[in-house]
Amino acid sequence: MSLALRGLRRSFGPAQALRDIALEVKGGEFVALLGPSGSGKTTLLRILAGLDFPDQGEVRIDDQDMAQVPARHRRIGFVFQHYALFRHMTVFENVAFGLRVRPRSSRPHEAEIAARVRRLLERMQIAELERRLPEQISGGQRQRVALARALAIEPRLLLLDEPFGALDAEVRKGLRHWLRALHVELNLTSLFVTHDQDEAMELADRVAVMQAGRIVQFDTPARILDQPANGFVAGFIGQAQRFAGRLTPQELVFDGIPLAPLPRHRLLGEAAAPGAGQGPAEAFIRAHEWRATPGPGNAVLTSARPAGGRVQAVFALGDSLVEAELPPGLLEPGEPCQLDPLTARVFLAEAPFAAP
Amino acid sequence: MSPRPAIAEPRWARIFLCGLALLLLALFLLLPLAAVFTEALRRGWGPVWQALSDPDAIAAIELTLLVAAIAVPVNTIGGVAGAWCIAKFDFPGRALLLALIELPFSVSPVISGLVWVLLFGAHGWFGPWLQAHDLQIVFALPGLVLATLFVTFPFVARTLIPLMQEQGRSAEEAAATLGASGWQTFFRVTLPEIRWALLSGVLLCNARAMGEFGAVSVVSGHVRGETNTMPLHIEILYNEYQFVGAFAVAALLALLALVTLAAKALLERGGPRGSLAA
Repeated sequence: MSLALRGLRRSFGPAQALRDIALEVKGGEFVALLGPSGSGKTTLLRILAGLDFPDQGEVRIDDQDMAQVPARHRRIGFVFQHYALFRHMTVFENVAFGLRVRPRSSRPHEAEIAARVRRLLERMQIAELERRLPEQISGGQRQRVALARALAIEPRLLLLDEPFGALDAEVRKGLRHWLRALHVELNLTSLFVTHDQDEAMELADRVAVMQAGRIVQFDTPARILDQPANGFVAGFIGQAQRFAGRLTPQELVFDGIPLAPLPRHRLLGEAAAPGAGQGPAEAFIRAHEWRATPGPGNAVLTSARPAGGRVQAVFALGDSLVEAELPPGLLEPGEPCQLDPLTARVFLAEAPFAAP
Repeated sequence: MSPRPAIAEPRWARIFLCGLALLLLALFLLLPLAAVFTEALRRGWGPVWQALSDPDAIAAIELTLLVAAIAVPVNTIGGVAGAWCIAKFDFPGRALLLALIELPFSVSPVISGLVWVLLFGAHGWFGPWLQAHDLQIVFALPGLVLATLFVTFPFVARTLIPLMQEQGRSAEEAAATLGASGWQTFFRVTLPEIRWALLSGVLLCNARAMGEFGAVSVVSGHVRGETNTMPLHIEILYNEYQFVGAFAVAALLALLALVTLAAKALLERGGPRGSLAA
């Protein structure tokens, strides 16, 4: 299985949901489409499934153009955000649906259907629910039924729209690992949509970060974290705080906040290179990239709460609040200190849109 | 102090309001119904039986059932199709279609009858052509059916649209990704999910189809034993001071309506729970 998207565009009236999407997914990959709501993730997923159609561009699966292939002939499994189970059918019938609607020539016998459905339900660890109706089972169980139903057609590509969105945190954590294991075990190729960066980073082999209808970066979680392609990715991923500033030939000068300038060699990102130009810029600093020195200085600790061996602290710098991680016991709330960034990811404000 | 629900009204207010509602119900709904049956049975079962076995009465009953038997299935199919279009698709003119579906509710029944006379009557648009081909629509069964169809069209569609809109399209989309064709999706997914609402709409439609007076009165021509439905027959008997006969037929009509409503209530109660066993 291979998936290739080229030049996909889609508008809804004046709103451009997708602008020039290109993406290549290899067989066996687990890919996350990550972005804030309204970035076009779900539209992209629906186009892949044949539930929506692009204004321009092409979708190729196994090098076959999908434009003329209706949803029902694509053999793409789709797990809907709210599962879209058939309310009037038992769990068993929901899962069997994809087999029962096949044309008679390729429809398995009743015994074969039953065996396949039961095998799937067992794999999803919900064999005992087969006679229940969707309204009689929990959210996590519905999720598994929806997955079993999608897998029953032996899809060449599995699409999941916010697969954990409607579940509570506890169930979500458990299902994540389980889904990842299932993906490997069944040798699936999967794409899932999420707005939760932890989910994307933890589950996916590669993450496509979407912003306003474009894929701004498509890479492994580690590289997205280390080398965000632009300010949007840097701000969206890894809990970084954004600061406005200016790049001079020697250093990054912060605007509107009493932070000491950072010399160029301490900066990260493309704008940090010596010949990268100068001008207005945005800088992203993560919570662990700060150093606080007790004593009179530019900041005052306003609050602190323990978090796993470190302390999550909030400092007041002039009119701004800065979040930073500290070693425990360094400062008490109300104490002044000197707060300095160790590094920053810097992007020039008028940097051209980075291609993935 | 005994614990009370936060929204509880004072006791006297509850008794007063419930009593008032029951009183109005009895006065405006039960009393007339009871009056119909008492009037009919005033002189015992004999005259009732006589009135009902009169050839004209039998013809009226048969005609009423025939008209309903045609109008209800047609409007069921049309109503499901209309509701399906409106709830599951976006297309230009969707709002217009919705307004059209509700049109018969907002137009006076007299007009609903009159339009057919204007179209197909002897002096209507298609009248000469119909006469030339020896086709009778107005003052005959086709006219009665058309008028009934028009008046009762909204019942099925109006019952289904809110439900189908609430259910959304995702079940149909899921069916498509699973390989179902349009027909398979409709018969295996859409229709079963609306079945209880559909039954309720069909029964309402039936009740109205049998009971419609205004529109039918205009197109009927009141030919006794031929184009009189039950409501028209009742009116004629009444105008001729045959009160027992009028009330006997009226009681039968009311009974048909009551049976329909009872069936609807029974289905609604058994519906969602009954589906669990299915």
